[in-house]
Amino acid sequence: MLSRLKHDLTMAEAARGPGGSRVDLLEVAGMVEHGARVLDVGCGDGELLRLLETRGVDGRGIELSREGVNECVAKGLAVVQGDADTDLANYPDDAFDFVILSQTLQATRSPRVVLEHMLRIGRHAIVSFPNFGHWRIRLQIALGGHMPHTDNLPYAWYESPNIHFCSIKDFRQLCDVSGAKIEEAVALNAWGRRVRLKMPWWFWNLFGEQAVFSLSRRTG
Amino acid sequence: MAEVSATLDLADRKREADHPHSPVVRFPAGEPLRLDAGIDFSPLQIAYQTYGTLNVERSNAVLVCHALTGDQHVVNRHPVTGKSGWWETMVGPGRAIDTERYFVICPNVVGGCMGSSGPASTNPATGTPWGLDFPVITVRDMVRAQAMLLDHLGIDSLFAVAGGSLGGMQVLQWAASYPERVFAALPIATSTRHSAQNIAFHEVGRQAVMADPDWRGGRYFAEGTNPRRGLAVARMGAHITYLSDAALHRKFGRRFQDRDNPTFSFDADFQVESYLRHQGSSFVERFDANSYLYLTRAMDYFDLAADYDGVVAKGFRGTPTRFCVISFTSDWLFPTSEARAIVQALNAAGARVSFAEVTTDKGHDAFLLDEPELFTIVSGFLEGAARARGLKPARG
Repeated sequence: MLSRLKHDLTMAEAARGPGGSRVDLLEVAGMVEHGARVLDVGCGDGELLRLLETRGVDGRGIELSREGVNECVAKGLAVVQGDADTDLANYPDDAFDFVILSQTLQATRSPRVVLEHMLRIGRHAIVSFPNFGHWRIRLQIALGGHMPHTDNLPYAWYESPNIHFCSIKDFRQLCDVSGAKIEEAVALNAWGRRVRLKMPWWFWNLFGEQAVFSLSRRTG
Repeated sequence: MAEVSATLDLADRKREADHPHSPVVRFPAGEPLRLDAGIDFSPLQIAYQTYGTLNVERSNAVLVCHALTGDQHVVNRHPVTGKSGWWETMVGPGRAIDTERYFVICPNVVGGCMGSSGPASTNPATGTPWGLDFPVITVRDMVRAQAMLLDHLGIDSLFAVAGGSLGGMQVLQWAASYPERVFAALPIATSTRHSAQNIAFHEVGRQAVMADPDWRGGRYFAEGTNPRRGLAVARMGAHITYLSDAALHRKFGRRFQDRDNPTFSFDADFQVESYLRHQGSSFVERFDANSYLYLTRAMDYFDLAADYDGVVAKGFRGTPTRFCVISFTSDWLFPTSEARAIVQALNAAGARVSFAEVTTDKGHDAFLLDEPELFTIVSGFLEGAARARGLKPARG
């Protein structure tokens, strides 16, 4: 059983689409309109920005780690060293078509404030995150009695940068209180494939290992 | 004997101010430089160096702006000191600013002393050096003069403008004044305004120069003196601000200079003292004391926001220029917080901006030194910009 789980997770980590891009990034990129102005918050080594640039997108990035930033800038990407929790406030309203937070939400101090800034700065916000409601994670806590520890979430609890995990269910609630309208949502299973669309939310919350949400401001 | 060598120094420098060892453009009286001080300055002279070849499309020109005590001799032997150029780590064949690919232009700033009009230049009305009759100039005046030079050279648009410190101020001013002429901007270790602390340091330097009896109210050329002690002290003080506590400690610690014990005198017992004295005395051989006053003043006056209702972002609104702002972790003269302020303003203006902070203990001077991370960032940024501009890769 455990080795089977391990195998699944390794497969998910290795799940890369054609061209070698991470599948969750491909999902995110698929939600962005051609030629859009995009801000990628927590852009890491710039993989998503590179992918987007091949699709005619005018991309900018913010990255916390100095190594990540310097790597991005050396690749010719427009990336600034900054912190999602503090620096989004400096961006004017409606500066971008899309503001993307890819696998970073769980590492922010104030996810709600960050999401609200994203919705203010961009016409759309795209958020991808690991789903803490996934059955394997539930199993580790419920039966193992310890914090989940997987290939996707490799840190021990005491050195993890991830301080605000949430499930798909939790995230929908955040959207509700932040005035976000869910335009599109995708859950990816352990193999990086989409969980079938026609399923209810509780099913996604149980079998989606990652989730990607495209949001807009709720009007009125 | 000392008097003779001082006179020789002055004669050398005087000649360099009027007839430099580099190409020079002398603008006719009908083409004055309009100064922020409200004066039409004429005749204007600009000395400059170029490296590499301008392409047929005239699209590969990179303007390098030098810092306070720099000059146009970026990568060639200095005509006065005989030392190598001040940015040989950054500029040259195969370097980050690749002269195989880009046509690099570096003018001496107005107010300088290496061939562009400055206080050491001859005032045609009197036949003697301008001295303090030279009008006070600003960073914007420097940039305006550079634009006149580029017009003269037939270069409408710059692929990039790059510079550190005062050079970085010029870069920002270029992007604000002539956004359509600047494709990419690289302001390094700089700020949109000179801080109170930095103005204070400059004032100490100026007072040191003016307190030297040999300064003679700025008329030392006419009186055959040279305020070398004052200028050396100014340089020593300034030099400390270009370094860092960590770098000084690493280089010198508390080590003694050529002795094992303190001499119980005011000799340069410590290596760091000896080093500073050397920095001071070698500086006065190549730099004009009045130029030092004028250029520090220009930096003090620099406040980009003042031209745009107090909001820097207004100066860059809708700018087509792409920026790469760089700071250094140990630079306390132009700390990273200043770079962040530039980035915030550019973001607010919707500009395409990159910002990187380079880890180093070498302080403000790091932009002139061997910092591989800096070179990777600059070459990567320029490479991306070159792709966007459609510049061909370097031959070979």
